[in-house]
Formats: sequence, C-alpha cells, structure tokens
Amino acid sequence: MMVRPRAVLMGLLLAAAGVLSPVVQSAHAQPAPPSALPTDWAETLRAARGQTVYFHAWAGSTHINAYIAWASRIVEQRYGVRIEHVKLSDTSEAVSRILAERTAGRTTGGAVDLVWINGENFRAMKENNLLHGPWASTLPNWSLLNADEHPELTTDFTIATDGLEVPWSRAQVVFYYDTARLEEPPRNMKAFEAWLRDNPGRFTYPLPPEFLGTTFLKQALYGLTPDPEELLSPATDANYARVTAPLWNFLDRITPLLWRRGRAYPPSGPRQLQLMADGEIDLAISFNPGEASAAISRYELPPTVRTYVMEYGSLANASFLAIPFNASAMEGARVVANFLLSPEAQARKLDPDVWGAETVLDVDMLPEREREAFTRMEPGVATLAPDALGERLPEPHPSWTERLEMEWSARFGVGR
Amino acid sequence: MERPFRSGSVTRLHQDRSLLRHAPLVMLGAMFIPVMAGLAGTFLPAIGYFPALGGDSLSPGPILDLVRWPGFFKAGALSITTGVGVTLLSLAIVILFTAAWQGTRLFSAAERLLSPLLSVPHAAAAFGVAFLLAPSGWLARVMSPWATGWTTPPDVLIPQDPWGLTMMAGLVAKEVPFLLLMTIAALGQTESIKSRTIAQSLGYGRTWAWMTVVLPRVYEQIRLPVYAVLAYAMSVVDVAIILGPNAPGTLSAQVVSWMSDADLALRYRASAGALAQLGLVGGTLILWRLMELSVGCAARRWAYLGRRMQRDRVLRHAALLGAAAPILAVLIGLASLLVWSFAGFWSYPDVLPLSFTWTTWLRHASDLRDPIMETVRIGAMAVGISLALTIITLEAEQRFNLKLTTRRLGLLYAPLLVPQVAFLVGLQTLALESGLDAGTAAVTVAHIVFVLPYVFLSIAGPYRAWDARYATISAAMGAGTQRTLWKIRLPMLLGPLLVAAAIGFAVSVGQYLPTLLVGAGRVQTLTTEAVALASGGDRRVIGVFALTQTLAAAVPFMAAIALPRFFWRNRRALQHR
Repeated sequence: MMVRPRAVLMGLLLAAAGVLSPVVQSAHAQPAPPSALPTDWAETLRAARGQTVYFHAWAGSTHINAYIAWASRIVEQRYGVRIEHVKLSDTSEAVSRILAERTAGRTTGGAVDLVWINGENFRAMKENNLLHGPWASTLPNWSLLNADEHPELTTDFTIATDGLEVPWSRAQVVFYYDTARLEEPPRNMKAFEAWLRDNPGRFTYPLPPEFLGTTFLKQALYGLTPDPEELLSPATDANYARVTAPLWNFLDRITPLLWRRGRAYPPSGPRQLQLMADGEIDLAISFNPGEASAAISRYELPPTVRTYVMEYGSLANASFLAIPFNASAMEGARVVANFLLSPEAQARKLDPDVWGAETVLDVDMLPEREREAFTRMEPGVATLAPDALGERLPEPHPSWTERLEMEWSARFGVGR
Repeated sequence: MERPFRSGSVTRLHQDRSLLRHAPLVMLGAMFIPVMAGLAGTFLPAIGYFPALGGDSLSPGPILDLVRWPGFFKAGALSITTGVGVTLLSLAIVILFTAAWQGTRLFSAAERLLSPLLSVPHAAAAFGVAFLLAPSGWLARVMSPWATGWTTPPDVLIPQDPWGLTMMAGLVAKEVPFLLLMTIAALGQTESIKSRTIAQSLGYGRTWAWMTVVLPRVYEQIRLPVYAVLAYAMSVVDVAIILGPNAPGTLSAQVVSWMSDADLALRYRASAGALAQLGLVGGTLILWRLMELSVGCAARRWAYLGRRMQRDRVLRHAALLGAAAPILAVLIGLASLLVWSFAGFWSYPDVLPLSFTWTTWLRHASDLRDPIMETVRIGAMAVGISLALTIITLEAEQRFNLKLTTRRLGLLYAPLLVPQVAFLVGLQTLALESGLDAGTAAVTVAHIVFVLPYVFLSIAGPYRAWDARYATISAAMGAGTQRTLWKIRLPMLLGPLLVAAAIGFAVSVGQYLPTLLVGAGRVQTLTTEAVALASGGDRRVIGVFALTQTLAAAVPFMAAIALPRFFWRNRRALQHR
C-alpha cells in the first residue's frame, strides 16, 4: 500500500540534473562500499547504539503514526536507537530531499535514514542509485519471511528489489459500504456504474496522485481493460492508449455522478471514513482489509459497515523499507528495520485495534508460541476471512502508474 | 536610528553606551536580516539562478513557466478577492461596531473577550469554522432534518468552495478581534468620546458623529495594522489548506506544495510564484492606498453637506450582529472541537454524539508530548530573545534619548507587510544552497521576525509611560541605572511584560509557514501537526490537536493575568487590573 506517487517527472528530472550540474558527476560515484559497514550483527547493534534514525514515512493515518511511536519507544529502550518519525504526506517528498542532497554533493550525513517506500518511488531511487545496499538479507529476521517461497516480497511493482529494500507490510484493495443504506454492493465495474447512476453523489475516491486515488484508477483499469496482462510490462506509446481507453471512457461517464459532481475529491483515504460516518457517501475504497473494522471500534464508522471485494480480483502489493545511499545512521536504520520485521512488531501491526495490516512473515514457519500471537487475533466485525479476499491482482509496472496520474491530472485535475 | 545626544560626563556610562546605543539597530536587524536574505533567496531562483540545481544563468524561464501554469490567473485573482474581501469586511465590522457602541457596557464586555480570542491560533479557529459550516457540520445538524429536510448532508462544496468564501469567513473571524484591539489602542489617543459627544450635541446621530470626527484620526493610527491584515489574508497558507479551495488552491498554498514536490525543478516555479505573491500584495496595497484617498475625498464632501443621520438604529444593530457573528463562530467552533474530541459514534444529523469517551485523548496523549515540547521550546526562545531585544532597545531609547519616531515605528510593521511565503521560500532555498541543516534554531530565528513586532508594540506603551520619578528617587538613594532597571522598573512592569510575553508566545504557537518551510518539515510543532491532520479529516484527532494548540497559546495569557495579582497582591496599583 501507501507510498505515494507523483514521481512522474522524476526520471526526466534526474537526467536533466545530471546534464546541468557537474556536482552530480562526482556524487554519482556511489553508495558507500558495504565493506565500510559492520558485517556481523552484534557489531551492528553496538554501532547503532546512540544513533538517531530519521524515519521518513507517510503519516496520513493517525493509527499508523501511533504504531510507529510505539516502535520508537521499544527500540530506544532495547537498542538505544532513537527514531524520529518524519511525517510525510507523500513519499516523493523524501525522494526529492535525497535527490536535492545528491545534487548538492552531500554523499554522507543525509537527512533520511530509513524510508517507507514502494512502486514508482522505489523505481526512481533504484534506477538512479540513490539506495544503499544490498542489505536486506543481512537482517537476522530476514529468514522469517521465507522469501524464496514468496516472490511477491522480492518484487516491487514488477521491479526486482535486489536486496535494496525489505518488505514491511502487505496491502490489498477492498471496498467498504454501509449496509444501512446499501444492501447489495456492485461487484464489477458495469454494476458499479449502474449503481452510481441510480445513486449519484454517493461515491468518491481520493484525489490522484494521492496513492489510494491512483490505486482506484488501477483497480478500475483491471476491471475494464480487455488486456490486463499487458499491465505487467512497461507501458509504451504503442499500447498505453489502447489499454487505458476503457478507463477514460468510464471516468468520463461517472465523474458527473461522483460526490460533489467530481468538482472536489477527498484529499486522503481516511477522509472517506468521515464522509461515510456523516452519511455523505455509501461506498469507499480502502487498501487495508482491516481498516473498516478498526474504524468501527474507534467510533469512526457506524457498526453497520461491511467490507467486500470485486469479483474480478483486487489489487495487492507489499510495501518496503529502504535506506538511502547517504544515510547518516546506517546501522541504526538496520536495527529499526530488523525490529519492524520481528514477530512481536508484525503481530502488533496485524491487531485491528492498532493498525490491522497483514504481516509479511511466513507465519507457518514461526515457532508455536510466536505463531499463536498471529492466529489468535480476532478479525474485526467487518473484516473478510482470508479465503474470502478473492484473487490478488499484481501491481502494474510503475510506468503505468506514472502515465495514469499524468493523464488523470490533465483530464480531471487542474494540472500541477 | 541614533540621534545626536549630549555627551554625558559620567565616564562609567561610556562602556554600556557604545553597546546600548546600537540596540535599536540590532533589534531591527533581527527582523530585517532574515526577511531580506529570504527575499534574495526567492528572487534569484525566480530569475533562473539556483546553482545547487544547476541554474547558473539568468533567464525569464521560471516566470514564464509560472504564467503558463493553468491555474495562475485564477489563483492570483483569488488571492486579491479574499485579501480585499476579508480586509474590507473586518474593517467595516470594527468601524461600525466601535462607532455605534463605544462607551457602552456591551463594548467593554467585547473588549474583555479580545485577548482570549486573539490567542486562538488561526488553524484552530479555521477547524472550528469548518466543523460548524460543513454540510454535515453543527449548524446543519441543529437545523436538520426538521427545518431543512436534509436527511443526508446536502451535496454542496463547503468548505473549500472555489470562491474562497468559507476561507474568508474563517479569516474574518480572526481579523475582527485583531483590528478591534488595534482600534481600541488608538482610541486612547484621540479623545474619542469627548469629540463624539460634541458632535452629538450638534445634532449628529451617534454612529455618524463618531465616523465624522473620530474615524479620520483613528484610521491614521490603524492604517499599518490594516495593511498587515490585507497582506496576511492575501497570502495565508494554513487557513487556506483547511478552508480554502484546492482545485486550484490559493497561490501561496500552491507555492508551498511546489516546494515539497519530488520534482525539484518546480522550485524555480515556486520561487517565481512567491515573487508573484509579493508583487500582488504590493500592488494591492497601492490600490488600497488609492482607495483610501478617494474614499476620504468623497467622505469629506459628504460631511460638508452636514447631514445629521440621526436614525441609525438599524445600522447599530447590524453592527452588533456583524461583531457578534465572528466572535460566536470562533467560540462555538472551539466548543465543537471539544465535543468531537470526546465523541463516541456521532452520525448525521444527531446534534450530540451517542456517547462520550476519553479514548481519543488517551490514545494521542503520547503523540502530543513531542510537539508540545517543541512548541514550548521554540516559543520560549523566540519570546525570550524578543523580550530582551525590546527591553534593551527601550532602555537605550530612554538613557540616550533615542526616539523611534512614528515613521520609524512603521519599520516594525514592515515584516508583517511582506507575505510570509515570499521570504520563507527563499530561506529554505538558502539552506539548501549552503548545506546548512534547518532545525529548531533556524525556525526560532524565523519566528522572532513575527514575535518581535508584537512584543515591542505591546510593551512600548507601558514602558514609556512608566513614571521616571521613581528612577530619580532611586538614583538619589544611590542606585545605578542597572540596579534601578532590575529592582524597580522591571518588577513594576511585571504585568505588561508578562502580557507581552504571552502575546509573543501565542504568535509563535500559531506560526505554520515559518515552521514548515524553514524547518523543512523536520520541526514538528502543535500547529504543523494539526494542519497536517486536515487532510485525514478525523475530527476527533483534529479536535485533540487543535484544542491542545489553543491551550498552548491561552495558558500563558491566563498566567500573565494571574501572576501579577499573586506577586503584587499587597500592591493594588501594580496588578494592572
């Protein structure tokens, strides 16, 4: 989930920066040699003690922020590593900062130590050598992922992670609706359009390029295009228009039927909760199957809300943790990442009262006692059982995301 | 700054004289150097010079790029209409209310409400207004469905309407108390009641009498605060994020989002936009000045007609309504923040939640700790430095007879007339160019630019009005100037000093843009945290943060009132009741 786009022009920009600034050439040289870092974990822990890790992470949800605050307290107590959560509204802000630092020639002592990332932001950083590593497999908890059996944990929007990032969380698209006002929700895009025609103003999605808004575009595209398999390879000028035409026709038809007639969109996913609680909309998209249950328990949604999935499948992805090439606290960042991968931290993340996000660990591989922390977790009242979540659709190649966002802005936004 | 003075004969004084003499310059420097440096840092990228991004030649590119941005003219026009609209409306309310009600018990009651209202941060007031006016807000809930027929909230675009009307309402609610305070301060020097009574005895109606004989003198003195309101309302960002349109946003809000974009090339456009905002404010100020002249001219002609305008009852009540609406909006808005922060499930159109709970406060108590510490740290440092600079300057003025003339006093307002975004963008650019790390210290320096004028303006009056005969007596008893300052003058001025500190602290607490841009997102205060929550729209959490922010600004005010009463409980005249 998460990890916002808008890295649209990133590639072009990087190229331009390279041409323009001689500083870049020298800085291009690259990631600090891994040999400079401790190889053994005890040594890493020793070096990390006393470090402050600036963890740049999307902060649009107060519950995720509270989870990170919890992790900060534990990590400081146990390992003497302080976490400063730098709260981003868009992950591209961190990418932009790292880029600015490299352009200014700062190859060490950077402002970002650890970043929550995936998709086109990861691609932009990987392609431009802005990442430290490979380091993922040096973490003691790496083995708990059983990554060999789970290829989706080593590919990020079809791009190989190459050990430059470790998976942290999983996400899958679901829709939630209020059963008090909507009995039978639409399960495909055709039914969706018909429902909206009968109930104008009762649906909206976050303003792209907010990541959940873009996710709605991709989820709808999967349900509309006759050629979904083409989404897994890079978009080209030859296939882009053909593959996405059904989506734009669909959006042209439904936009006047949206909340506020499509003249305004909620700025974020959580805003939809408030809209539904206020009775302004009846149906909303989420990237977290547990979100609705958690919101009910916090009084943010009426208890009559339920979750469902589209019959053609739901977009699913993993999000990751990465360390920039010029991070100031390399060891501290690895200690934090390792803790976030621990069964303790992952089980707490799964708790619907805390965050309700699916674990990346292979729970079956865990020892009995630790496994229990995962299995005894009660799913919330509005959460679907794992086998009811339907088919998982892989994220399209990032080039699709970038083009979709650009075209959406040109057609329905006001341009940047 | 300095004026010639007769050289003293006491040689002991010579040492601090040389230092102290320059105190006024140091104070102005603390305000002007950041502004000037920031403006330079904005101007150069706007014309293509930005070495860290490879821009080393001058070009009109960024400005052309800005003009070609499709929202440019709309955003610029929005900046002018909201700025002028807010200023006109606030000024009209304040003038009419003062004209119609000055000298009544009602007016004194309003006067007492001013300080608490002023201490409410803009962001908190804006959230309150949003909770009140939204289609699912308190106003709609109270009226629905029995009066309106709305069983679900109406599908209307409020807040964030494209004309910026909700944003204007939120700003008027905060600017009316500010202008009213400035007007009351000016009234003290105009013999207003006497003048009005004479005019009334000539048969003029109460309101019109005031407007004819008092307003010209008062306006002369509140002109700069009015300009400050105009500049602020044209370029405000936090209120615009909460209440303003977002498709497109206001020019300043757009500049801020370009500054944080992944596409670094957009920083050229951001700088050009900040420069355009500066130009817009400058141009509008000139237009406003021209409007003042023509309105003055027309009003003079109207006054010569000698119309008495005795029937002003309707006008008087309209003025009362106009003044009451913003005050009530802020107070009820704060109440709705309070209710939301304790709300269990609360669906539309229930007027109150089904249940109340502590969970939201408990859940976020630990998240509040760091922002509170940061807010207090920055506020305390900014206020401490501002207070020190102010006292040193006033002391120098007194000891060496250096007078800040009225015209020079205008310099104090100058930073308030420059749109914040215009120089803060430049400060961030300079930080990037120089590789310096923006942090708490840099943010404090930026806050001082805004805190210092308020501290100075609020303390200068009482400081100068202090009866110098105490100093004479203390000198006669053998105390030096330093001892007199520390043992007599400052203790006697405890009340005004604390009020000045409280005002300064409230100003610091409310600063959004200086904290965000100079801190590069890494310095998190209650204000930046609260505004960041706006996009999530979780009203319970917003309630918690906005109320904490309001308390952070209000508690020092309460202390400023309570402490002198405690310390000077046996010295009635020092309690400044």
